[in-house]
Amino acid sequence: MHRFEERCIISGIGQSEVGRRLEKRVMALTLDACLEAIADAGLQPKDIDGVVSWPGAVSRAEGLAPPGPGSSGPGVHAVIDALRLNTTWHYGGPETPGMFAAVINACLAVAGGLCRHVLVYRALNEATAWRMATERVSVDPQGVVGTMQWMLPYGAFSGPNWMGLWATRHMHEFGTTREQLAAIALNARRNARLNPKAVLQSELTMEDYLSSTMISDPLCLYDCDIAVDGATAVVVSTRDHVTGMPGIPIQIEAVGSALHGRASWDQWLDMTETAAAHAGSHLWSRTDLQPADVDVAGLYDGFTVLTLFWLEGLRFCGRGESGPFVEGGARIALDGELPLATSGGQLSAGRLHAFGHLHEVCLQLRGQANGRQVPNAQVGAVSAGAGPLASCLLLRRT
Amino acid sequence: MAWPVPDINDDNEAFWTGGRERRLMISLCEECGYRTHPPTPRCPSCFSDRVAPNPVSGRGRVYSFTINRREWSPGLEVPYVIAVVELAEQPGLRLLSNIVGCVAEDVSIDMDVQVDFVERPPAFLPVFRRSAG
Repeated sequence: MHRFEERCIISGIGQSEVGRRLEKRVMALTLDACLEAIADAGLQPKDIDGVVSWPGAVSRAEGLAPPGPGSSGPGVHAVIDALRLNTTWHYGGPETPGMFAAVINACLAVAGGLCRHVLVYRALNEATAWRMATERVSVDPQGVVGTMQWMLPYGAFSGPNWMGLWATRHMHEFGTTREQLAAIALNARRNARLNPKAVLQSELTMEDYLSSTMISDPLCLYDCDIAVDGATAVVVSTRDHVTGMPGIPIQIEAVGSALHGRASWDQWLDMTETAAAHAGSHLWSRTDLQPADVDVAGLYDGFTVLTLFWLEGLRFCGRGESGPFVEGGARIALDGELPLATSGGQLSAGRLHAFGHLHEVCLQLRGQANGRQVPNAQVGAVSAGAGPLASCLLLRRT
Repeated sequence: MAWPVPDINDDNEAFWTGGRERRLMISLCEECGYRTHPPTPRCPSCFSDRVAPNPVSGRGRVYSFTINRREWSPGLEVPYVIAVVELAEQPGLRLLSNIVGCVAEDVSIDMDVQVDFVERPPAFLPVFRRSAG
């Protein structure tokens, strides 16, 4: 099979400071992350010939990924202008198979010969935006249009409502328990305590979890990730750049981006799985590596239950077996067979919308994760998305 | 808070206003008999354009549900049940809706329900109540 991935490496990574109350505004954070990634790749802004972001400067969208306050960050045109980049390709947009579509688009541009070095970034200032917002539910006075009309009039306002439906069905079919969901949250917090940039550092116990506020049954406060301000960037380069770069290149081994179900939240047919099942199968069809080869993973954890769907979708366990797989937390701990969310993930380090996982897994594969380093990590998996939105990447140290 | 209502247009009018006559209107293909929601100009099964809104029985079963307990906006009355209801007419024919008229904790998967309508101008929202089955 022709695999465009073999022509693509991640040559540089960057991340701004991350926090709940930062002095810097989101454009400054974005440029911090971008300039760090460009320098890390051994490049200068003048070398960048492509830019991709998710979702771009979107303030309103009728599709499956409607932006909320602070969720879209500066658009691609603003970043190109701020850094005076000269590009042969750029793109920003939300109608994709999840957030890693930005990385996949960058890979396609590089493999297709359109670009040599594509800057990819994801920036959010949801902590600031939510603090300023007076209404948690924004209502269009003209009435709800597009796909959201099937959910908002019923008070299905937010992610916990939508994913609560999936979680209830998974529990019903497979006997998944709240204690198993808690194992994801507790593991993230343990790892966050080893990451100085993580926003939630206090100890979290099973008792804390079980007694916390219920948001949308069966999801409680600690099943939900935490909004932050912060930006992450990577540079996707042509493999030729390996010889010229100062650091350790990360090979894109395979991508997964398939969607074989309905492109809908409310009409998704089998709520015991998400599009992770399709993207996960797609990824393994594009590589000779196996799930057992993965040394470290950053599986999407906007909600705890999403990590379960990704564990099954990427075949780290059988269908319906993700609850028992994570129970007790030993398998997914830093010294377990599949260390997960080693930075603390979105649940405890902060909601960087999958790009936090990408940055962390690159650090792990480069051996630069300091006090939370997984020994000799060679292969890593990262994933992004929920419900009908899913994309994933398999990464390898070269 | 101002409760969100749909923007009524030619495509969704039958669904959102059928409740005025207490009818749940779901798109039906006159060619192959397949029903689909939300309505689209072509049948997604046989791709015929002979599709039109058509009343269903309003009977269904709870496929999954969640109890929203979070006051997302000041004045939002909680808790309430958000459910995915599978309609009796066809496997996989579903609506996201609310289960009303019972204690939230009494709702369960596979519970039999029957449609009812809540007027929220300009729409009549199809919601569901527990039924004897």
